Amino acid sequence: MYAQMVETGLKNVRTAADMGDEERAFQDRIDAGIKIEAKDWMPEAYRKTLIRQISQHAHSEIVGQLPEGNWVTRAPTLKRKSILLAKIQDEAGHGLYLYSAAETLGVSRDELLAALHSGKAKYSSIFNYPTLSWADMGAIGWLVDGSAIINQIPLCRCSYGPYARAMIRVCKEESFHARQGYDIMMSLAKGTPEQKAMAQDALNRWWWPSLMMFGPSDAESVNSAQSTQWRIKLFSNDELRQRMVDQTVPQAEYLGLTIPDPDLKFNEATGHYEFGEIDWSEFHNVLKGNGPCNRERLRTRVKAWEDGQWFRDALVAHADKHVKTKAAA
Amino acid sequence: MSKEWPLWEVFIRSQHGLAHKHVGSLHAPDAEMAINNARDVYTRRNEGVSIWVVRAADIVASSPADKGALFEPANSKVYRHPTFFPMPEEVKNL
Repeated sequence: MYAQMVETGLKNVRTAADMGDEERAFQDRIDAGIKIEAKDWMPEAYRKTLIRQISQHAHSEIVGQLPEGNWVTRAPTLKRKSILLAKIQDEAGHGLYLYSAAETLGVSRDELLAALHSGKAKYSSIFNYPTLSWADMGAIGWLVDGSAIINQIPLCRCSYGPYARAMIRVCKEESFHARQGYDIMMSLAKGTPEQKAMAQDALNRWWWPSLMMFGPSDAESVNSAQSTQWRIKLFSNDELRQRMVDQTVPQAEYLGLTIPDPDLKFNEATGHYEFGEIDWSEFHNVLKGNGPCNRERLRTRVKAWEDGQWFRDALVAHADKHVKTKAAA
Repeated sequence: MSKEWPLWEVFIRSQHGLAHKHVGSLHAPDAEMAINNARDVYTRRNEGVSIWVVRAADIVASSPADKGALFEPANSKVYRHPTFFPMPEEVKNL
């Protein structure tokens, strides 16, 4: 998802026998559905895993602005341009809420950004794909933000209070993103044959990377099992992916577009869609840094940070000057 | 890396005349920028008509360890709630 394959640093899921009194009390509170707050006692592994998960999520929001930034100056109408700008501004806000939540765990935002810029921290694989046509703005809102919502709604109930509260704000705004995307797809699908072909092409390119966003099947993963016990992961990757497919296929049918999967079929008995094998070698390759846009995204992000340095410094100089004048008066 | 900007907590009063409510936090070099940033981040959808920003470092908070001492005494004083006193059906306006 926006946070993929988050390490817990543990080799086995913690059992009651492994735990001291404090950790047992902590796990009991989680089991009872009580939120853990910033100043409460928590195991070091829980704190570190949350920092990794929340910061990866925050980085994804920030890097996620870049593929869309590509189309601000090329949006087909002024209204579409304003809407796209509003969406991108929301993503910056989501990044801020999430960095703030991570900061309650005793890490600073500048440290987290430094980890992103050095390439040490990860962000979602999905943002390493190029946005080649205007229809990609539609496909991203519909499929990528749609997938994000499926992942984030359960996180509103996660065990860590500041993260859960940030997710509530994010989810409220995210519905606008998904709808504006589908609205673009509807316009194109109802347009000229060329426009409809553009929408189909975008769906063809974004479908599989969107399914990969949920991460590999986690049945065998210690990390996932431990994160589930801590209630910072509430459903398995496969469950969430299935939910995405089930809700998206009928939406594609309404548009008159074809999901690029010859194996896709509805199973009457289970009430779910069955879908083809995901190319996991592509996913792992993108995570390793070899996706179509990994290097460009990071380069653009670092350049924006460095180009803004003089301005941030000027704001600090201005603030310092006023503190001094006030002290002198 | 240059100096990190201090953290500010943001409080917004909604349209309906209720008290300012904590909505989140942000970084800013000074109070004026904190207000500007709070406006950009927390009031883009008409969420409020007034903003307070307070440096996070200036907030004094109760400690989780004091929870018992601070809040348990209230548990045994249910008579502070009006529902503690059952009123007869035929008595009105109470």
